[in-house]
Amino acid sequence: MSFPFVIWLIIFKYIPVAGWVMAFQDYKPQFSIFEQEWVGLKHFKDLFNEPMFYRALENTLGMGILGLVFGTLSAIAFALLLNEVRFLTLKKWTQTISYLPHFVSWVIVANIVITMLSQEGIVNNLLMDIGILDRPINFMAQPDMFWGIVTAADVWKETGWNAIIYLAAMAGVDPQLYEAAKVDGASRWRQMWHITLPSIRPVIIVLLILNIGNLINIGFEKQMLLGNNIVAEKALVIDLYALDYGIGMFRYSFGTAIGIFKSVISVILILICNGFAKRIGEGRVF
Amino acid sequence: MKKRKWTTFDIVLTAFMLFMIVITLYPFLNILAISLNNAVDTARGGIHIWPRDFTFANYQEIFGSNDRLLQAFFMSILRTIVGTITGIIASTMLAYVLSRRDFVFNGLVGFLLVLTMFISGGLIPEYMLIRQLGLINDFGVYIWPLLISAFNVIIIRSFMDNLPIALEESAKMDGANDFVIFTKIIIPLCLPVIATIALFLAVMQWNSWFDTYLYARSSEALTTLQFELMKILDNANISSGDITSQNAEVIAGQTNPQSIKMAITIIATVPILMVYPFLQKYFVTGLTLGAVKS
Repeated sequence: MSFPFVIWLIIFKYIPVAGWVMAFQDYKPQFSIFEQEWVGLKHFKDLFNEPMFYRALENTLGMGILGLVFGTLSAIAFALLLNEVRFLTLKKWTQTISYLPHFVSWVIVANIVITMLSQEGIVNNLLMDIGILDRPINFMAQPDMFWGIVTAADVWKETGWNAIIYLAAMAGVDPQLYEAAKVDGASRWRQMWHITLPSIRPVIIVLLILNIGNLINIGFEKQMLLGNNIVAEKALVIDLYALDYGIGMFRYSFGTAIGIFKSVISVILILICNGFAKRIGEGRVF
Repeated sequence: MKKRKWTTFDIVLTAFMLFMIVITLYPFLNILAISLNNAVDTARGGIHIWPRDFTFANYQEIFGSNDRLLQAFFMSILRTIVGTITGIIASTMLAYVLSRRDFVFNGLVGFLLVLTMFISGGLIPEYMLIRQLGLINDFGVYIWPLLISAFNVIIIRSFMDNLPIALEESAKMDGANDFVIFTKIIIPLCLPVIATIALFLAVMQWNSWFDTYLYARSSEALTTLQFELMKILDNANISSGDITSQNAEVIAGQTNPQSIKMAITIIATVPILMVYPFLQKYFVTGLTLGAVKS
């Protein structure tokens, strides 16, 4: 019963990995992969000599780190607070509603973000009503704000969903610990800080390791959909770069080299984090 | 449970949760209101969560006079249904084999599967593969590459691992073969996890646009709602990142791109949002179980 799926795995998952040889060839589509000219590390050298590549790398890591920090913090904070809500109906409703944005596509979220941040949008209206702004600004046309907008959109979309796992971990905390803390006179804040948070620390660390390993794999969806010509400089991420230069300009070998670079970085990152977690004696992935 | 006194802490907490609900829901309600508002009137601005000049014209435009959007709508539905069904069949079958302790290549197949979560060929080799398989501008491109996801298989498998093994053994003694056990015993018992994975697959299929962009861009028949929306978004972005102000004077007719965009957004959002609250209890347990195991 598993035979067809092994075939599937080989075709759809392992043949593309074998396609990595393209990065060491001068791939020309009219020939098969066995008839290509071998050029060694030429495409990697080209890649490291390209200034645009460093910009893409900077943007990828910048938005990746911002997303990781704020994504993790917001999910933990939301889970912590939700865990404290005693009014069960409110808890259930807030949680259900908080998942909502996770289920819609980035196309829709990008559309929502652009609408909200437009010159007639709610954000400009609010800022003007409070008196922070004199006249509306076109947020989507501010290169310096692009990273922040992407991060905020990400937090809005995924906080509720990411909180699920922390909430599940919190549900497993021994209630006796809270009883004991209460006897000692600990306030709700102190209970959250000294009991709930330390109890979910292993989960936090495992998820952090996994996410750091994926730091470079932040994808391109948000950047592609939220970006425009004005902010292009801040929106160019590695995958977009591979897409534009690889498929867009038919430089297949060059594009493949970018993919390999990404995979190598992410494996290195995950090994470093895992080793670090092992050293400090916390939960680790493998 | 004893009723507690409401402290300041509880009040602040409740206020914060209400705030969370508002900032999550407001954008959706705002878009719904704009999509139901007269397009010319919308250009004046100031629509929040309630349409000022109520009309269905924007939806009529999509479903009545725009064949391409109607087609995109049906293609989105088709790929979601076919993709979800084939995906469920494939991942439950694979998960069942992997959960069987008597299967010899269990370890090897499991390893091949899990490894795909960490390595992938990347954009270009995958594109070349799809091209070589002749899937460009073919409906199959929505189905075949997305057939199996290691994450989903692991979740189903860990659910199956928790089923009592005695059930299978007694069925075997009654003369049932593996296929009968799978369809008559395992599948019915796995319905909660299957519901979860079905939701994940449906969401993934319904929300995809990049495969259309990459592999079916030139095929009018294969266009999807998300892709059409993406194109509108893209055009708007190219002009200035903000179309409403420019279009305000230009629009003479009943609808404008902004209103149509909002209406498509609603059509592309609502079907998914209608299912998830019902499946919520399944995916919360499914996700935590899967995450803890892997």
